[in-house]
Order: sequence, then C-alpha cells, then structure tokens
Amino acid sequence: MSAPLVATPQLVEFSEPLQLRSGAVLERYALMVETYGTLNASRSNAVLVCHALNASHHVAGVGADAAQSLGWWDNMVGPGKPVDTDRFFVIGVNNLGSCFGSTGPTSIDARTGRAWGANFPLVTVEDWVDAQARVADRFGIEAFAAVIGGSLGGMQALAWSMRYPKRVRHCVSIASTARLSAQNIAFNDVARQAILSDPDFREGHYAEFGVVPRRGLSVARMIGHITYLSDDDMAEKFGRTLRVDDIQYGYGVEFEIESYLRHQGDKFAQYFDANTYLLITKALDYFDPARDFGGSLAAALAQSEARFLIAYFTTDWRFAPERSREVVRALLEVGRDVSYLEIDAPHGHDAFLLDDARYHGALRGYFEGIARRTGVAA
Amino acid sequence: MTRALRSDLAFVADWIEPGSSVLDLGCGDGTLLAYLQESKQCRCYGVEIDADKVRACIANGVNVLQQNLEEGLALFGDRSFDTILQLETLQAVRQTEQMLAELRRVGRASIVTFPNFGFWADRVAILRGRMPVTKTLPYQWFDTPNLRFSTLYDFADLARASGFEIRDSAALHEGRRVDWLPNLRGSLAVFRLEARSQQA
Repeated sequence: MSAPLVATPQLVEFSEPLQLRSGAVLERYALMVETYGTLNASRSNAVLVCHALNASHHVAGVGADAAQSLGWWDNMVGPGKPVDTDRFFVIGVNNLGSCFGSTGPTSIDARTGRAWGANFPLVTVEDWVDAQARVADRFGIEAFAAVIGGSLGGMQALAWSMRYPKRVRHCVSIASTARLSAQNIAFNDVARQAILSDPDFREGHYAEFGVVPRRGLSVARMIGHITYLSDDDMAEKFGRTLRVDDIQYGYGVEFEIESYLRHQGDKFAQYFDANTYLLITKALDYFDPARDFGGSLAAALAQSEARFLIAYFTTDWRFAPERSREVVRALLEVGRDVSYLEIDAPHGHDAFLLDDARYHGALRGYFEGIARRTGVAA
Repeated sequence: MTRALRSDLAFVADWIEPGSSVLDLGCGDGTLLAYLQESKQCRCYGVEIDADKVRACIANGVNVLQQNLEEGLALFGDRSFDTILQLETLQAVRQTEQMLAELRRVGRASIVTFPNFGFWADRVAILRGRMPVTKTLPYQWFDTPNLRFSTLYDFADLARASGFEIRDSAALHEGRRVDWLPNLRGSLAVFRLEARSQQA
C-alpha cells in the first residue's frame, strides 16, 4: 500500500480567449487543478475526472496541510483504488464558473476591477470541456486513457467523446444522461427561483452589498438534495422520526428529515456561491448533444471514437433508466464498444459517490482493462 | 491469450464466421465472447443480468449490457447482428415465443441450445415416476431456474412456427455430437436458425 495521497492544488492560467457557446468570450481565465499519480513518459496514462454540481478539483486525498477535507471521490481514486493512481495520472479540474478557485462569478473581472457576480457569462458543458482540453494541452496530454464522471460529470465525459474524439480512449459516464427531462428542469428552476427571489440576491450583485442570499441558496440545496436520495433510503434513514418529544403544531423543526435537510442547506449556503449555483443548473438544463443533430443522439455520438462504460443505479429516480438506455442504444446503433451496468444500490442518484462492492468491483475491472489496452504497466 | 473452450462452446464457436458480429444472450462471464473476439476477431456484445457475471465480463474485456432478457431486446436495432447466441438460456425465459420473435428481428442468424428433455436419462426418470435430475438438468423440480422443457422435435416445431428456417441442428452429449438417435442420446440440443423471409 502506498502512502496516503497528499494533494496540492495549482492554479493554471490561460490568456488565450475562450469562445463560449453563448457567443460571449472570456478573455482570460484560470482553472484550479489537482493531480494524483505520475504522468508516464508516453503520456498515455492520464485520466480526467469531471465533477458534478457542487464538487471541485479536489477529487482525492487530503490537502498538504491536512486542513482540507478528503476529496469528493476519494473512495474511487487513489493508490490501490478502482481508478488506481499507482498506474494512472489523474487530473481534477474545478470548472469555469464554479467557486473553488477557478474563474467564476466570485472572481474579479479585470475590466471593471469588481467581482463578476451576475455578469459572469453562462457556460455550458461543452465550454467546460473546451477549457479542460486546454488543461490537457498544458500537461502535454494528447489523449486521455479515460474521461470519467458522475451525474453532471458524466455529461462532460460524454461531451468529451463527441467534441474531442481523438483525445478520449474510454468514456465512463455514471448516473448521468444525455439530456435532462422536463421534471429535472422543473426541479432546477424551482431551486433557481428560491435564489432569485431571496431579497439578499440583489440581482446577483450581492457581494457588492456585503450580503449573501443564504436562505435562497439553502432552499435550492434542500430541493436538490431530495432528488439525490431515494424514497427508500430516506424512509430508512429518517422515516417519520421526530426531533422533538411530541409534535408541536408549528413550523419549527419537528421531523428528523426537516432537520437533516435544513442542516444540509445551511452548510451548503456557507461555502457555495449563489451565482455559481444558478449558472451550473443552467448548464445542466442546456446539455442536449442531440439538438445539433436533428434530435438524433446516435448521430451526435457517431462523432465519438472511444469505448464507453455507462452505469445507472436502480434507485436513481432523478435520472431514470431510460435516460441511460437511450445512450446505450445510440452507441450500439453507431457500433461503439459499450458496456452498461444497472447497479442495484439503495442510495438513489448519490450512489455514484458511495462505496459499493459491486459498483467499485466493476469499475476496477474496467480500469484494469483500460490499463491493458493503453499499455499502462501494473 | 488463448483460452481452452468447453467442448459444447467450441462446437458453437465453429458455427460462427470470423469477423462477424455476435450478440450473446445470457453470456455468463463472457468466456465464449472473449474467445470469439481474440481468436475470430468477432465484434461481440453480451447481455447478462447477474452482477457478478457482469463484473467478470468487464474484467474479461468483453462488452456487456446488464439487462433482464424478459424485457426483450429493445436496446438493439433490426438485423443489427450476424449471429445471436442463446445458449442454455431460452429454457429459463418465460416469454419463449416473444423471445424467438426478438431473435428473428435482431439477428440475421441465431444459435440456440437447450437441455434436451428427450434425453434417455430424463425418459427413464419419468418412467420411474420421478422428475429428472441429471447433469444437464441438475435441479429439483421446486428450485429449478428452468421454466420451459422441450425435446429436439418440440423446439423444431416452434422454430418453424415462429418463422425460422432450421439451417442446422445437432444433439451433443458431454460436448460430443450424437448422430445416431440424437433425440434419445443427446442431452444438449443445438439449432442454427435463420428467418424464413430471408430465404431466396
């Protein structure tokens, strides 16, 4: 067993303008990046890990000063883990528009000398992928052995396979979808409305007023969180258990689930930026690669050259199995190598973050195959 | 990497064209597909429901889709495979006729194997008033995963009624072909089917 991972974040700066899908252009930007393992001489062992809504570049390990908490996918990525950093060189990138060090709404806009706030342009999944590609360029990585992500991260993995077909050998998309459903967009919009209607939102320029739309952000997180858990999981964890001795006939915290959600919401509102939340939920809503191909996902995926692993969790009601199956069907239609997992796990959408023997066993086997195919020594 | 293939699987593998596309329904740990990929350069996919076997397929470097066969083959387009393999799994599927219709839709040809209930040891057991428990049917009547029992003759009738032409059939016992009294001496039935409409 190797020593525990110590991660050192680095800021990678770009001065070449980035054309965004919206038409806007970012003149300069910086991305916070963490890497684990060693890039081999042929630069063939690189794996890009894409993060979902609230995560960051800090995928695995602990910070150098140990003050930073464990990475968000530490059970998946590390020495001897399914994505084994003794073999692979793993990169985590905090996406553009996020709030963990990369350029985003909380950064200073050089043109005005003030925080971007609501003026930060809307970015899409494709824009993130373009920005990540420049990180790969900076490291001299021509092609990733794999691009992997869950949920919104899985969308980025799919987008990579279509946008940079020569640069992705394996695409691993977990608990994800190639398009949100009307219900998904509806939940996202309710979350956005919670933020937009908070009096402290101030049209997105709350920072200038020295306030934070904490209540809106907290409610947005509570809504999101409900969709990440399964009904059964919630019933088992909380049931109808009361926090108090007896019901109070009031609006305070009475049920355990209320206490849990409010705690999650409050915690989130302390570290996450409201403009970032708005922008990322929009990126989710907009993602629809089939749209540029007359609604044909197969035509969109025909651009890809990678091998695919698609995984779905049986209790994920946020992204139904049909959303994964349509990706698989499209990949089969265009003759791509694809494996598809329907993992029986009780934890709903968030199962992709959790340790599960069958899930991790399958991923471990898949990455061993990647190592064999890309000639990465054990 | 050369793999030693079980003799009945080797028999089936001999019927598959090099470089063709193969879909194996109930592919287990993917041993046969891995062999076809490596030795015959076939384009292979398997369907399997059991999580441990799915994991084994992935470790074997085989494309595997985790699915319940009872849900049909909705993932696959019409005539999208040269050969579909349904090896010792059809007898465990509830919707037999629907399954055969799906084979006809998705595959240009299908190879189906199943335990032959006309095998002499099964007949002897029935004559003695007992349900057979044999090497090919090793289960008790109350715990068997097998739902449908048929003989070579019965299956041939259904295959024709389902719009298939029988291109080849054989009975095996312990992996070897039985040519004399196959429905009595063969424990495993093997059929190669093609959709009749395809015939010139």
